[in-house]
Amino acid sequence: MELNSPPESSSRFTIPHIFDASYLACYHFFLPEIKMESAISPANSSPRKTPLNGVHRRLGAKMVNFGGWDMPVEYPATGGLVAEHKAVRASVGLFDVSHMGDIRIHSNNHSGAALAAVQHISMNDAARLAIGQAHYSAMLYPNGTFVDDVIVHRLADDDYLLVINAGTREKDINWVRDNTKSFDCRVEELSDAYTQFAIQGPKAIDVLRRLTDAPLDTVKNYWFIHGTVCGLKNTLIARTGYTGEDGFEIYVPSDIPTSERVWNEVVEAGKEFGLIPCGLGARNTLRLEAKMALYEHEISDKLNVWEANLDRYCRMEKSDFIGRAALEKARAAGLTRTLVGLEMTERGIARDGYRCLNDSGEPIGIITSGSPSPTLCKNIALAYVPPAYAALGTPVFVELRSQKCKAQVVATPFYKRSKKAIAS
Amino acid sequence: MAYPTQYRYTKEHEWIDVKGDIATIGITDYAQHELGDVVFVELPAVGAAVTSGKVFGSIESVKAVSEIFAPANGSVTEANSELHNKPETVNTDPHGAAWLIKLKLANPADVNSLMDAKAYEAFIEEKQKETSA
Repeated sequence: MELNSPPESSSRFTIPHIFDASYLACYHFFLPEIKMESAISPANSSPRKTPLNGVHRRLGAKMVNFGGWDMPVEYPATGGLVAEHKAVRASVGLFDVSHMGDIRIHSNNHSGAALAAVQHISMNDAARLAIGQAHYSAMLYPNGTFVDDVIVHRLADDDYLLVINAGTREKDINWVRDNTKSFDCRVEELSDAYTQFAIQGPKAIDVLRRLTDAPLDTVKNYWFIHGTVCGLKNTLIARTGYTGEDGFEIYVPSDIPTSERVWNEVVEAGKEFGLIPCGLGARNTLRLEAKMALYEHEISDKLNVWEANLDRYCRMEKSDFIGRAALEKARAAGLTRTLVGLEMTERGIARDGYRCLNDSGEPIGIITSGSPSPTLCKNIALAYVPPAYAALGTPVFVELRSQKCKAQVVATPFYKRSKKAIAS
Repeated sequence: MAYPTQYRYTKEHEWIDVKGDIATIGITDYAQHELGDVVFVELPAVGAAVTSGKVFGSIESVKAVSEIFAPANGSVTEANSELHNKPETVNTDPHGAAWLIKLKLANPADVNSLMDAKAYEAFIEEKQKETSA
């Protein structure tokens, strides 16, 4: 299968590789071949910067080009990746996720045209969303593979906000525009209008409470409200995130002074709760433990919904949507590969792009994301393997450079937060 | 962290400390800093031959794998087995307790072409300028 070409066995120990695309082959979310990257960020152009770029650099963050964006991987001075990961699991961390894109689809006349457009391009059933509610979904190609995964928010009666990935922004906006032309609705790209903060962890609510009088306790998981945050009226406050932990994402005006002021106020309010800034490194290990998909890894234009195990977000029974017919066929045809969780049972770390082998050494699949898990203190991975190898406890081998290292299929998500935290 | 003046350094961010025909090899503070939290160190067996410029082991941080290249020819007389259980020593004491291997050098004079501490510090200063540009 051609998910990612396997990375070079590993990188030469020259430090600049940490900032090079060649190195990024090893670093699962620094996609080795983001096809749309060329459209976003030609090789000769410098990466884009979020309004908080100056803050990251002043904090001494390690910066890296991620999907055409100059983003912090970790902040060594205040902890580094593992400390950041643990802060989110135990208390709270602050992420700049302004590289994420935002697309608003709305109609002027409550006609339902925006809903119809969203229903056409998104596999989940947006008709089930109340105003103030959001859900996970994906936009599919006609063949049932992924354009991107999205969070759909219902802002008002016939008014939706789609939050999309950074590396796929241009592709996504073009896809949405091209495929909603026949609907009487407006499509606006708002990506550059917002600085997006993710405040994540069991103490996130305590931090945010210091900065707003909005009734945060009433906001359930995957719901949102508008309220005044840091004096900014009508700020979108969503109980969403990409860490598997409780937390909020807030969207504030993207001018640098406002963005920096909000960052500083969150950091200040978070001090007593142990809040530290967190980079994309921790964001990745956190989402991997929670088995949240990453584009070009667990999902891509070569993998379909059934293979990716995202059935529960795909509403086949709703009205027709792009990709539905192909998914119907694919379901009838049966799976040739499926996404499973692996835990290494021998010493070794599976990395993105490494091959999975059976006990006779034949290649059977590929690792899509792999890393040490700071929470579980185990080496974990997600992999596509044939269904015959998907049962829990099945031994699978991972080709680690020249060695064959034993792993086994385990239940996912690898980490799940306690019910108590979810209910809060 | 200061770079010991008795060590020599490579552009791949290894240090080498030569005493007679025995060299101790590790990675530099700059290298450990760039790698981040080290979680895994793989080293050759005692007796293995290593060749200048060729891989002799690997170090993994949470986010990446880096291979380590030999700065000189020789055979391994000792590998630091402490690092199996405490790989994080690479972060805390890269120039001391986290030495990786000891080599019996084929030709101790090989090391003379490597950078001294002053040259290495200038070298990484350049690197830092590049990455913060």
